[in-house]
Amino acid sequence: MRKLYTKKLSKKDQFKDLNPKKETVEFLLNYSKALRVVETRGIKFGTILN
Amino acid sequence: MNNVEITDAVLVREYMQGNEIALSKLINRHQHRIYSFIFSKVFDRDVAEDIFQDTFIKVINTLKRGKYNEEGKFLPWVMRIAHNLVIDHFRRNKRMPKFDNSGDFNIFSVLSDSELNIETQIIKDQIENDVKELIKELPEDQLEVLTMRIYKDMSFKEISERTGVSINTALGRMRYALINLRKIIEKHNLVLTN
Repeated sequence: MRKLYTKKLSKKDQFKDLNPKKETVEFLLNYSKALRVVETRGIKFGTILN
Repeated sequence: MNNVEITDAVLVREYMQGNEIALSKLINRHQHRIYSFIFSKVFDRDVAEDIFQDTFIKVINTLKRGKYNEEGKFLPWVMRIAHNLVIDHFRRNKRMPKFDNSGDFNIFSVLSDSELNIETQIIKDQIENDVKELIKELPEDQLEVLTMRIYKDMSFKEISERTGVSINTALGRMRYALINLRKIIEKHNLVLTN
């Protein structure tokens, strides 16, 4: 039987370098900076400033 | 040199007061854990990316509206949001199944097995946990009958013997338990479907 030489990654290794993309994090930070919450007559509205 | 790490609670407070850098620190601190958690459920980089983004959009909206009560539980709170969004994702996909055939006809796109897969299992577990929490709001006598009937699989005869009431009373308590449970679900505006 042919041998398989692929190394199976452990669960720990599979998730070791998992991080969201830089763009996603940047988008979130920009979204946060652009979001303003305005309160009118007790109701809060979110507005995106560009 | 100051090596003392600022706590999540302090960063959250600073962010709610308008310090945007605090959010950046919170994301950097927890991104790996949250993203890994999402990926471990969906096993798709793009989907994980979307859910991660939606999670933090919810976090940002809640914090900016001042609706968050800091109890030293920032990470569990964010993980809970991510968990709910993962469930939403699987529910949506179940309603609108994706056909990812690449040209050739694939029989597995139109066939499905009736056994629970990992996604439906997560949803089922979530629903069962929610129900377990909800029944705690029932009156003691109804909770007792419902627990014996549903969780211990006892017959109404056995329940009546154990609780010392007539079978009709046990049946009535079960009926009211279900009616009240529906009311509680409506009150909390919950959707408990798989």
